[in-house]
Amino acid sequence: MFDTALTANDLILLARGAGMTLVVTAISVFFGTILGIVFGVLRYQVGPWWAAPMTFVLDIFRSIPLLIQLVLANAFVTTVLGWRVSGFSVACGVLSLYTAAYCSEIVRGGIEAVPQTLRRAARSLGMTWGQDMRHIALPLATRVALPSWIGLALGVMKDSALVYIVQVVELLKSTQILITRLQEPLFLLMICGLFYFVISFPIARLGGYLEKRWSHD
Amino acid sequence: MIEIENVRKSFGPLEVLKGINLTVAKGEVLTVIGGSASGKSTLLTCINGLEPIDSGRILVDGVEVHAKSTDLNRLRQKIGIVFQQWNAFPHLTVLENVMLAQLKVQKRSRAEAEAEAVRQLNHVGLAEKLSVYPSRLSGGQQQRMAIARALAMSPDYMLFDEVTSALDPQLVGEVLDTLRMLASEGMTMICVTHEMKFAREVSDRVAFFHKGVMAEIAPPEQLFGAPRDPELQTFLAATH
Ligand SMILES: Nc1ncnc2c1ncn2[C@@H]1O[C@H](COP(=O)(O)OP(=O)(O)OP(=O)(O)O)[C@@H](O)[C@H]1O
Ligand SMILES: [Mg+2]
Repeated sequence: MFDTALTANDLILLARGAGMTLVVTAISVFFGTILGIVFGVLRYQVGPWWAAPMTFVLDIFRSIPLLIQLVLANAFVTTVLGWRVSGFSVACGVLSLYTAAYCSEIVRGGIEAVPQTLRRAARSLGMTWGQDMRHIALPLATRVALPSWIGLALGVMKDSALVYIVQVVELLKSTQILITRLQEPLFLLMICGLFYFVISFPIARLGGYLEKRWSHD
Repeated sequence: MIEIENVRKSFGPLEVLKGINLTVAKGEVLTVIGGSASGKSTLLTCINGLEPIDSGRILVDGVEVHAKSTDLNRLRQKIGIVFQQWNAFPHLTVLENVMLAQLKVQKRSRAEAEAEAVRQLNHVGLAEKLSVYPSRLSGGQQQRMAIARALAMSPDYMLFDEVTSALDPQLVGEVLDTLRMLASEGMTMICVTHEMKFAREVSDRVAFFHKGVMAEIAPPEQLFGAPRDPELQTFLAATH
């Protein structure tokens, strides 16, 4: 239907890029979520004096554009510290912290939404703070936080396009390489969008699935 | 035995318990009545250590609740408490609600915990609701589930904080019946309640709280029949 110079090899290049986007996103969302839970619980738990500096640091990650964070982090790690780390590691590190910053906010909000009376009931049954967190507070917070978390994960996937700045060839960068070579921007961007859709769709569906599973009404 | 000795407790500038002295013997049913904000709920949450106290002490079977060395999580297994708000864990079925603390706190096996949960749920008349989620239960059923959940820990004491006051009138009876049943089985109970008829029937003694002070305590016939404290007289006149 299209008259295109796109070859099977080019498609493989795009698929590789999509794979890279997926891997960077998965790693960042995974570690970012774990860190986000830790920070979120801490911020909820430690009281205003300790929470304030933590919030401040996390706000830095939330407010400075990701592109700038990537460039600065890369320069800092490679030139100031003199480490020999790949752009991929820097990308995953920065994106994980970026995710953690947003995620901690989501987690804190989720925990705050769990009625205090339920947690008292748990404690009055002899459950420890940790057991209450593990079996009552976090499962219930998860249900509240899920839609925002899905939004975050999808957002990180799109934001991960910026990691090209540290020489990671992900989906968008692969597309740009092909655009330069083949001069078919619209067609290639359409395919690129399709790839994004294909890898985002399961995450979006996961939200709907879990929400359905968790509603007992 | 629960021994409360000269307990004082403030929330900021507000003194809520102004030197409470009270002993509840094994097997006794004590009901606590009194106006709003008189400190009744606070006293119950102090007894199981959910709230700290400012001075005095509370002993449960000789163990000082607020001593630093006391293992509160262990002590709380002895003291069941049911609150005014329905506190079903909404993400767990009725059976799981009653099993959770048995599994995690008492480290019972699944089979043991399930058997005990079924036994207790049977006891409060919820045998048909085992695999249902709490959102499908009426308020009265949720409260009975909360009672079964507390009883499954095999407590020696049960504290009830106005467990019927958030219920529709037609559901109050079934929950009070459950409490009556427990009382008749010899459970040691402290019930904060607004149900005067119930208090009159089941109590060994009734305590009247007013503004953080236990103004009067007596067997029900005496407390309701010949109240001495003027505030109690006013309170009773208003509730009749
Ligand atoms: N966590 C808290 N922080 C601050 N003030 C509190 C807290 N809990 C209770 N209070 C206050 O302490 C006072 C006594 O409260 P409490 O709940 O013990 O009264 P009560 O006798 O149970 O009243 P009610 O019949 O309305 O339940 C009230 O003025 C209440 O506002
Ligand atoms: Mg109260």
